[in-house]
Amino acid sequence: MDMQNLIHMANQIGDFFETIPDHEESLSGIANHLQRFWEPRMRMQLLEHVDARNGEGLKPVVLEALRIHRGDLIAHH
Amino acid sequence: MLEQKDFGTPERIADEDVTLEIDGMKVSVPRGTSIMRAAGMCDVNVPRLCATDSLEPFGSCRLCLVEIEGRRGYPASCTTPVEPGMKVHTQSAKLQALRRGVMELYISDHPLDCLTCSANGDCELQDMAGKVGLREVRYGFEGRNHLAESRDESNPYFAYDPAKCIVCNRCVRACEEIQGTYALTIIGRGFDSRVSAGKSFMESDCVSCGACVQACPTATLQEKSVTEMGLPEHGVVTTCAYCGVGCAFIAEMKGEEVVRMVPYKHGQANEGHSCVKGRFAWGYATHQDRILKPMIRSRITDPWREVSWDEALDYAASEFRRIQEKHGKNSIGGIVSSRCTNEEGYLVQKLVRAAFGNNNVDTCARVCHSPTGYGLKQTLGESAGTQTFKSVEDSDVIMVIGANPTDAHPVFASRMKKRLKAGARLIVIDPRKIELVDAPHVKADFHLPLKPGTNVAMLSAIAHVIATEGLMDMEFIRQRCEEKAFLQWRDFVSLPENSPEAMEEVTGVPASLVRGAARLYATGGNAAIYYGLGVTEHAQGSTAVMAIANLAMATGNIGRSGVGVNPLRGQNNVQGSCDMGSFPHELPGYRHVSDPATRDLFEHAWGVHVQQEPGLRIPNMFDAALDGSFKGLYCQGEDIVQSDPNTRHVAEALSSMECIVVQDIFLNETTLYAHVFLPGSSFLEKDGTFTNAERRISRVRKVMQPKAGFADWEVTIELSKRLGYPMDYRHPSEIMDEIARLTPTFHGVSYEKLDRLGSIQWPCNEEAPSGTPIMHVDHFVRGKGKFIVTKYVATDEKVTKRFPLILTTGRILSQYNVGAQTRRTENVQWHEEDVLEIHPHDAEERGIADNGWVKIQSRSGETVLRAKISERMQPGVVYTTFHFPESGANVITTENSDWATNCPEYKVTAVEVKPATEPSSWQKSYARFRKAQHELLASS
Ligand code: SF4
Ligand code: SF4
Ligand code: SF4
Ligand code: FES
Repeated sequence: MDMQNLIHMANQIGDFFETIPDHEESLSGIANHLQRFWEPRMRMQLLEHVDARNGEGLKPVVLEALRIHRGDLIAHH
Repeated sequence: MLEQKDFGTPERIADEDVTLEIDGMKVSVPRGTSIMRAAGMCDVNVPRLCATDSLEPFGSCRLCLVEIEGRRGYPASCTTPVEPGMKVHTQSAKLQALRRGVMELYISDHPLDCLTCSANGDCELQDMAGKVGLREVRYGFEGRNHLAESRDESNPYFAYDPAKCIVCNRCVRACEEIQGTYALTIIGRGFDSRVSAGKSFMESDCVSCGACVQACPTATLQEKSVTEMGLPEHGVVTTCAYCGVGCAFIAEMKGEEVVRMVPYKHGQANEGHSCVKGRFAWGYATHQDRILKPMIRSRITDPWREVSWDEALDYAASEFRRIQEKHGKNSIGGIVSSRCTNEEGYLVQKLVRAAFGNNNVDTCARVCHSPTGYGLKQTLGESAGTQTFKSVEDSDVIMVIGANPTDAHPVFASRMKKRLKAGARLIVIDPRKIELVDAPHVKADFHLPLKPGTNVAMLSAIAHVIATEGLMDMEFIRQRCEEKAFLQWRDFVSLPENSPEAMEEVTGVPASLVRGAARLYATGGNAAIYYGLGVTEHAQGSTAVMAIANLAMATGNIGRSGVGVNPLRGQNNVQGSCDMGSFPHELPGYRHVSDPATRDLFEHAWGVHVQQEPGLRIPNMFDAALDGSFKGLYCQGEDIVQSDPNTRHVAEALSSMECIVVQDIFLNETTLYAHVFLPGSSFLEKDGTFTNAERRISRVRKVMQPKAGFADWEVTIELSKRLGYPMDYRHPSEIMDEIARLTPTFHGVSYEKLDRLGSIQWPCNEEAPSGTPIMHVDHFVRGKGKFIVTKYVATDEKVTKRFPLILTTGRILSQYNVGAQTRRTENVQWHEEDVLEIHPHDAEERGIADNGWVKIQSRSGETVLRAKISERMQPGVVYTTFHFPESGANVITTENSDWATNCPEYKVTAVEVKPATEPSSWQKSYARFRKAQHELLASS
């Protein structure tokens, strides 16, 4: 799907969770939101973008969340 | 016919009962009750003309006189309250004579054409003449009378015939007391007095709610449909299919034809009131544009081919299976309609989950209140409003944010106005000067005209005042909310950058106003928040919903009557469609698909594997379609092409798909891209339930056979069968039984109970067998309430030199959303096209004339509309509605969306507006496309 749109949406999610004072909570908040609300193909594409292009365009907090919680974000079927 | 008994004067609620005697019968009634009502309660119906129990007594006709032992004279029973030990006589020779005298005067100025009158048999004057035994009229009909006065036929739905008016004032009072519009007055005095709407009803402020028609005891104000068709023969109680207020109506029928829709007095959502849509605009249901035959075509450039139901359904099923084989299980999905019944919504999501085998199901709540679902679940624990409509009667302060109830939720707005007139204070937070800000006898104490897109900044500033000025309800917070989250929130909102002064530049609203409003909300007594799409349809829609819940928790305004957080939901069944599990991440009852226990429950009941991963939301479906991984869609009762943002993007996505099945009553805009058309059924053609904005489940009852042969739920069953997943239901009540079995908040719901109680507000289960009018009473659904930090983030949709104005969208009273129904009724007389409202300064700067054509451009596209210069707008903000497809309002809106739910940011689009001479290129090409599509239909 349109990568720019996925990056934009992920960054918006980052904007929200970033305000939680506890950094760990911010990271798990972002990952948890993606896991609960994003269809697997969107998550996988975002993860591929992290691998292929170092997550170019993603906010640092989003990139960090994707890297740390990568295992949870991989699709289960 | 279903009689609605009239007790003459309204019910009174009192702690104490008063016992008296009426015609020798003892009766106990609440203090304050009128003698007339008390008599009615023991089935003694005192004659009356100016009294009806929807209105306060007036005491003008003098027909209801009674005798009271120990009292002189003949008091009017409608205006005289009961007293303990009173002995009342409603019949005596003297009373008879007095009443006959009164009647005689009325009748002498009334045409005696009863036999040919449209109200013959349904006229209170006629009834009363019989009741008082009037046999002759001594005054003759030659004297002065009003018999020659001309009728006012200007309103498309009802006529006013002054010759028949008895000047009882009921219509005037209905317009004031029930509707709150003040369109009518009595002009002239004595014999010359007449009801007047000014020049004519259509040229007056009348909003055609029908309250006056309902109140009129004679044929003076009469539905034209009754004049044309004669009086109805039977009536069936059902629920309006337009908006989320969910008014109950009696469909009054002659055979299978609707004669009129009459608001049902015992309807708990509307208590006998209505608006122009539900009351009058039902003609679409039998409109000639209805498509009654299934059709198919293999490409959207092919002509449509009328086929049998079997062929259409076989084709749809085989296409879906073919696509899944080629592109994978997840390459197809479905859309649940918020216009259809709960049972139908449940079946569509079941079909997607069980027969398609994925979670690609969504509903139009995506584009309206999905942030409400998310935000309220996070903070309070349940994805629904906290109150019952009646709760507004106990409010001392009402805060309306991003909603325009008088247009979008008119019947609830009337209830709200009634409370405001009785003294509640009002805060309006809206970029536009909506009607409530300055309506007859209603004035907002505060109007905060913020810039579109700054709700969260405004709500933080209000929270700042409440937190830093010590206006919080600490006791409530200590007992009911999570402490850590509260402290984080308090520290956050107390930051100087969240103060009204600091936010002034962002919101454009003077800090002093914000402080005043915050103090009033926190300290004015019971305070309730009502909000609409002006809150949710933003990049920070979900954040704003949470900010609203924070305010309610901080001030302890939750868990009792008069307070709460109240989303005014748009579609008739948008609450219900969400409840039924039509989101791609939730099974019915808002349970996440990843929850093993819930999945287990459904897997057992349905005998299939349910995916544990969320599916695609509507905008994701479009993106995936453009990507080539989403190819098939079953779309029931929703027009995504007209209602979703960035039309061009949607159209491109749909054009790239291989099988789109549209099930609808009309050939809507989405059908232009469809391969299979399955005729839908209107709400009059099926049984089921709708759930309104106050979680109220009400019955929809079938009054005619489905015009195309099947109700929508039957079509879904047929499709499922052909996909190899048979569903075995003989009646929607059996579907509800399954919903109740599998959903804890619905455990206690059944058709039998609905018939018995009239309606039920969920949760309805063992703990709350008759339902739950007010939620979160002793504790929150999630246990402790959770404050959430809501930082303001400016939207990316910023004004620039190129696009210096903000466009915001909305709807109006007489039209409904994409207009598929209302455009096919006489309601077009009030609104025949979408216009662009623009402030005089902005118009002048651009050389735009009132009623002139203007081109509106955004980064998504452009369209041309007529301009309406209006002071309701603030400078820098323009506004339009989206009721007509040719206006292309959504050609301009962008795919920006709420961060949590992808709810589109309809309320903020940066645009430029310029004078124009012709339609936009999009409009021209779309017009060509539509024309070609209609030719494909005609050639079929
Ligand atoms: S129009 Fe009907 S309700 Fe109004 S004053 Fe005349 S008779 Fe009464
Ligand atoms: S239809 Fe409604 S608004 Fe119009 S005059 Fe009658 S009561 Fe008033
Ligand atoms: S307020 Fe809504 S539910 Fe009630 S009659 Fe009007 S459109 Fe129908
Ligand atoms: S009904 Fe009591 S005065 Fe008219």
